Amino acid sequence: MSDVEKSERTAVPAPFQWEYAPAPEARDAVSLRERYGLFIGGEHVEPRSGSFFPTISPSTEEQLAEVAQAGAEDVDLAVAAARAAFEDGWSSLAPCGRAKYLFRIARILQERARELAVAESLDGGKPIKESRDVDVPLAAAHFFYYAGWADKLEYAFPNRTPRPLGVAAQIIPWNFPLLMLAWKIAPALACGNTVVLKPAETTPLTALIFTDICRQAELPPGVVNIVTGDGSTGAHMVGHPGVDKVAFTGSTDVGKAIQRKLAGSGTKLTLELGGKAANIVFDDCALDQAVEGIVNGIYFNQGHVCCAGSRLLVQESIAEPLVAKLKRRLETLRLGDPLDKNTDIGAINSKAQLEKIRALVASGEEEGAEIYQPPCVLPEKGYWFAPTVFTNVAQSYRIAQEEIFGPVLSVMTFRTPEEALEKANNTPYGLSAGIWTEKGSRILWMAQRLRAGVVWANTFNRFDPASPFGGYKESGFGREGGRHGLEAYLRFE
Amino acid sequence: MSGRLPVRKTYKLFIGGAFPRSESGRSYEAAGRNVARASRKDARDAVRAARDAFPKWASATAYNRGQVLYRLAEMMEARAGDLAAVCSGRDEVEAAIDRVVWYAGWADKLPQVLGGANPVAGPYFNFTVPEPTGVVAIVAPDEPALLGLVSRLAPGIVGGNAVVAVASETHPVAAIELAEAIATSDLPGGVVNVLTGLRAELAPVLAAHMDVNAIDLSGADGDTAELERLAAGNVKRVVHGVVDGQSPWEIQAFLELKTVWHPVGA
Repeated sequence: MSDVEKSERTAVPAPFQWEYAPAPEARDAVSLRERYGLFIGGEHVEPRSGSFFPTISPSTEEQLAEVAQAGAEDVDLAVAAARAAFEDGWSSLAPCGRAKYLFRIARILQERARELAVAESLDGGKPIKESRDVDVPLAAAHFFYYAGWADKLEYAFPNRTPRPLGVAAQIIPWNFPLLMLAWKIAPALACGNTVVLKPAETTPLTALIFTDICRQAELPPGVVNIVTGDGSTGAHMVGHPGVDKVAFTGSTDVGKAIQRKLAGSGTKLTLELGGKAANIVFDDCALDQAVEGIVNGIYFNQGHVCCAGSRLLVQESIAEPLVAKLKRRLETLRLGDPLDKNTDIGAINSKAQLEKIRALVASGEEEGAEIYQPPCVLPEKGYWFAPTVFTNVAQSYRIAQEEIFGPVLSVMTFRTPEEALEKANNTPYGLSAGIWTEKGSRILWMAQRLRAGVVWANTFNRFDPASPFGGYKESGFGREGGRHGLEAYLRFE
Repeated sequence: MSGRLPVRKTYKLFIGGAFPRSESGRSYEAAGRNVARASRKDARDAVRAARDAFPKWASATAYNRGQVLYRLAEMMEARAGDLAAVCSGRDEVEAAIDRVVWYAGWADKLPQVLGGANPVAGPYFNFTVPEPTGVVAIVAPDEPALLGLVSRLAPGIVGGNAVVAVASETHPVAAIELAEAIATSDLPGGVVNVLTGLRAELAPVLAAHMDVNAIDLSGADGDTAELERLAAGNVKRVVHGVVDGQSPWEIQAFLELKTVWHPVGA
């Protein structure tokens, strides 16, 4: 086939440019305070450390509020409050009582959905359509799901007698602040534990609003404690002798440091760490659906997703038409104000993350990959990065090995299913993977052999409280969600 | 001087289905016998043998794995006399054999008890299956020498993992006698590897090894903090199991859970 014929076959017409009027979500659903303290023992308290730091909107760089930087003494107080609440009633409360508190929280999350979605998009930079349609409903669903387990624990693990662990220290990341809070708090409380939770430094607001939800639900004081701060606050929590369990979601490097720190302490640990998922596309797939899945896999939440499909493995015979379709689809993505309901790509969560993405993208170009970014105007203020596709990527490139945690896709090709597997499994991570083919037997064959905790076939980035989530290898250990998610918060007699 | 002089057995390592001496040429005296003193190189070789054996064993059908474990019980029964001579006696051997039989029956029931279908809110078929985690290192307990090792080994391999076991330092002979039963049990070479030697020399190598996915410290004496620290290098699963007991949850500790989603549509 001549080059001319080839390009005609793969030519895709340029997309029609729709002009949408702005459709911003109203900000007045949220009233933020200028300054937030810590939530300890059911009270909002000033930090003993006396220090605060600003949380800003990554899309405008405006300061939204000041939050407390919890120090060692603050963490001590929070752990003590959690211990007292555990011993003074929460652990001996009738299980159906625990269930009802969790059901209440689920309902209040649904009733305050708009406020939470706006706050999440303001503080984190994610598109309102995602916070509104994914983060908040799923967070409520998690509380609803685990509420039902609270009084049925003895049915979950045959021949074992489940008991709560005590005080759980929980550290969550900035990519899904409210959803990760729900993933952590709902099962912990259902199992009879009390918690000290630290939201990420850049996205504390929904956790602080959640403190008001605890008040509305009349949750006993000290059952949930929220401390804000940076990594040093997290370190105080992890090393605290009054803590019986640590749950961490974040980077693999920090996860390893936590595992080292807890070595020999007997403190129960679960880790949800990084990923570098392969999204594997075979030549017999439904091509347009696969393109949608690829876009959802890597550009959802600006790629700030640990299970993002950041490595696209395409069967060689369809690489050209697929990449052409993908590039065309990228041109239709709307980047801009996260509060606009038409926005597909919001702001990068922080300046530091933007710099990390830029550095890795620069390394991709230096190493010889070919970069494509659709024409798109980046707002002058805020942290933005255009959706990016790298082709001509080798296995050894940093962009094929390291987690970028941004809207950057690395495309590689394969010829046989065996080769796809070999490449897909060739990272230290093992969190998730995708398969696109119409052949059912091949899906199951691949799904059995992929070393990953979640495999999405002909779909991507689906989550549900009834579905266990977690990684193989250096993507961490333990599962969140489903019956299996209970185990992280129980000991057995 | 009268009567026949018995032929003494030379106790060696068990790596990749073969019985080599330690590459270091060392041995140590335990329970009146010279036993191979494995080196760090032997430990690495054992991990490589386990890694090579893993895919085939992991992909064997559960029915097959169950039968192979039952075959191991048959081989142990045939050697019951030899085994009794190197542990606390006949009772321990019988308990060990029965434990292998018990775990053999779990191979084809694990996915049904530990996995499940998940009722997600949407048109998806969603199921969770347990899978082996890969290469597992076991630091075997000193007592009971045979039953303790079997109690950790059986839940390790029944789910499809390959194992490198560090035998009891003080009672290593039971482990090697067991290895001889394993070698004749249809278990593919490399699925179980047994190292005899000094725990302090071998355990840290396995704990730090980047190609070991889980480490069972049930038999690690005293302070295991350093081993746990080393294990963090590749986010190893650290297992503190029950030394003398049996439970499907002992198996689950060596498994990963994989969740698969597929849309449902006409």
